[in-house]
Amino acid sequence: MSVAKRDIVALEGVTKRFPGVVANDSVDLAIRPGEVHVLLGENGAGKSTLIGMLSGLQQPDEGRILVGGEPTTITSPRHALALGIGTVFQHMMLVPTLTVAENLLLGGPWWQRPKTEELEARVAEITRTLGITVKLHAKVSELSLGEQQQVEILRAMVRNSRLLILDESTSMLTPKGIDELGALMRRLVEQGLAIVFITHKLKEAAAFGDRISVLKLGRKVGEIPPERFRALGEQAIIGEIVELMFGKQKDDPEAAERAVRTIRAEAAPLLEVRDLGVAPTDDAPGLSSISFDIRPGELLGIAGIDGNGQKQLAEALAGQRATVGGSVRLQGAPIEALSVGERRQRGLRYLTDDRLGEGTVGTFPVSINFFLKQVGAAPFWRKGVEQRAEIDKRAAQLVREYDVRTPSLKTPVARLSGGNIQKVLLARELAEGAKVVIFNKPTYGLDLANTLASRQRIRDTAARGLAVLLISTDLEELLSMCDRIAVISNGSLVGTVENADDARTKIGRLMIGLAA
Amino acid sequence: MTGLFSEVFLSALLFGAVTAAIPLLLAGLGEQMSEKAGVLNIGIEGMMLAGAYLGFVGAFYSGSLWLGFLTGAGGGIAVALVMALLCVRIGLNQIVIGIALTLGLEGLTALLHHFQFSRSYPRLPAVDVTVIPLLSAIPVIGPALFRQHLIVYLAVALVFAMGYIYRRTQLGLNLQAAGDKPAALDVAGIDVVRTRTIAVLTTGALAGLGGAFLANVGAGLFIPFITNGAGFLGIVLAMLARGRPVWVLFGALLFGVCLSLTTAMQVAGINIPTDVIQMLPFLAVMVMLVLFGRRASLPAALGIPYERGAR
Repeated sequence: MSVAKRDIVALEGVTKRFPGVVANDSVDLAIRPGEVHVLLGENGAGKSTLIGMLSGLQQPDEGRILVGGEPTTITSPRHALALGIGTVFQHMMLVPTLTVAENLLLGGPWWQRPKTEELEARVAEITRTLGITVKLHAKVSELSLGEQQQVEILRAMVRNSRLLILDESTSMLTPKGIDELGALMRRLVEQGLAIVFITHKLKEAAAFGDRISVLKLGRKVGEIPPERFRALGEQAIIGEIVELMFGKQKDDPEAAERAVRTIRAEAAPLLEVRDLGVAPTDDAPGLSSISFDIRPGELLGIAGIDGNGQKQLAEALAGQRATVGGSVRLQGAPIEALSVGERRQRGLRYLTDDRLGEGTVGTFPVSINFFLKQVGAAPFWRKGVEQRAEIDKRAAQLVREYDVRTPSLKTPVARLSGGNIQKVLLARELAEGAKVVIFNKPTYGLDLANTLASRQRIRDTAARGLAVLLISTDLEELLSMCDRIAVISNGSLVGTVENADDARTKIGRLMIGLAA
Repeated sequence: MTGLFSEVFLSALLFGAVTAAIPLLLAGLGEQMSEKAGVLNIGIEGMMLAGAYLGFVGAFYSGSLWLGFLTGAGGGIAVALVMALLCVRIGLNQIVIGIALTLGLEGLTALLHHFQFSRSYPRLPAVDVTVIPLLSAIPVIGPALFRQHLIVYLAVALVFAMGYIYRRTQLGLNLQAAGDKPAALDVAGIDVVRTRTIAVLTTGALAGLGGAFLANVGAGLFIPFITNGAGFLGIVLAMLARGRPVWVLFGALLFGVCLSLTTAMQVAGINIPTDVIQMLPFLAVMVMLVLFGRRASLPAALGIPYERGAR
């Protein structure tokens, strides 16, 4: 593969902003024929936005996209297809009620009759060279997910794509299906196609890629070119990726020195969790035998790639999710049979990551949102009647204390920024009587100032002698705050690490399934 | 009571059933196309009213029934344009807009008719029928089915034309994709909004035609709210027909029989209050829903405005 070979598609300084979030920040990317280019990053790293721009669903705010060396504005999915960019989206883009052939024919001029014979000949030719079989006349709803995916790849081929984008394509496949997809990708690039393969799984990246670009919080933090790829073994590559993904960034404004605190080891744990289990559901992993202790004043972090059971853990502890066995003790008293309200009463508080959906009622005023979990209780309600004066008095106090920037107490809480909504939640949950506080992704989606303020608030909470469980997908955050960090993977805690100098490497290894 | 099973009675009943069924058929076929493409078209009653009024006016002043059908279809398309703009392009709630259009057109057509004709209800001359040789000589069904206006035969032919479009053409594929998985259609390079707009406008044309038939052929005059729920029955038919035009035809005929019982029983001299008989089609709707309601299978994206990239 000569270096002079021209990029099929190149991104130059592409930036895309959404309200409150920078999804892509000045990203450069070169996509070459005959290469599987892996885009690696966690949820929220900006992979999907990048794909949206390449496939014509979204337009960049800054920077440009070059197709075949020419600056091009990709205006629509149709335009992307015409440019030879075919995308297999994370969620299947086939019409389940139509047959495979009909799906492949979709998109032809509407006045024409579908050219079924032509299609059959074309498909036969493509499937022969790729060594796959496709049931053309089966309904899509009858196919397995792996088969559906092959149909989508086939569709891109039928349309003469030169660049094939695979967005999280392995997420719904069986291990065998993943291997088959890997082999198929190899055959496709051998035919001179370019492939962009998006994943958050390191092993797949190392096994299937020719070139890897790592995205982190919208920025491209590194690239491993093919030369280097070939020179290194799989383990070495994974090591390098871990370094790129979790390694400390230079001049990071979020960096904060963690004051080393000594936790009184002899103190009785405030929260004791033993063998906690949750049954898996269709869209979420379960939990199996989760055990940990948190002592007064201790900050325990839960690290892990998003979607490995973090939310389930938080909800199981808060009483919002049914458990299958295990015990939870608060100050030595079992609480696993108690309701959400009773647990809160005893001092267990949970700050959800779903601030607007679950944490607040968006259309209610700020003042009421402070007391959502005390509705009906004195002194804010008496005999079922709302005591406006009491509520406003206390709310005004909390607004001052927690620096909530709101036009008035009557403003619907949904009109506030994410950071201020978070402050309302903090004020509510940290109010009198809190003993154990669970934070789920407390700084997710916040700007820098609010992130730092929230972190300080969490540190203060622990300093007051409360037990804190901090769930976060941001390793920097955990390293800058926690005393100990446990790693969750596929619903179980795979290890717990003291937050010392070598914690970063140990946690990185635990996260990808290696022993610490 | 001997009249009940006489040849004359049965023939009149069937003839009336066909006449009553055609507007339902056209409405049902129209609604079916919108729903296939993912648009729940509650405004179809309004489209029929516009078609009935403009169809009548067109036929009344020109003296040509065909011109009346044309203006009727045009009236339906005009209302459908509003619907397409608000619900498909801008993405407003289809149910709210649909109800607003129906109620609005009910008032508007009544008002216009009042200004134009005051309290007189001028009538159109009886329609010319096309007699099909041989078949029309069959006892009972011959005079009922094969001595109808040409447009009746065309409407029945439309059932098969629709079936062909849905199953054999690119447009049919596009329509189904727009209703079942619009995002898939979009990434295949077809404009979802345009596809749905085509469907809604076609619905308007068919509903308008149905309304014009109701006024010009069925009644021979226009009276306010002449459709009397025919559009809503069309919605029911479309939902029960599972995307198959031929089932719309069967359903429309069944409802047509119920509707035509009203007149036929009066002809036979049976003394049941007309109000009771007029309830029959709606009773039939409920019975059909109880019997077949579970077989209604609606497109996955029905009623959901399409927004590119939304999750």
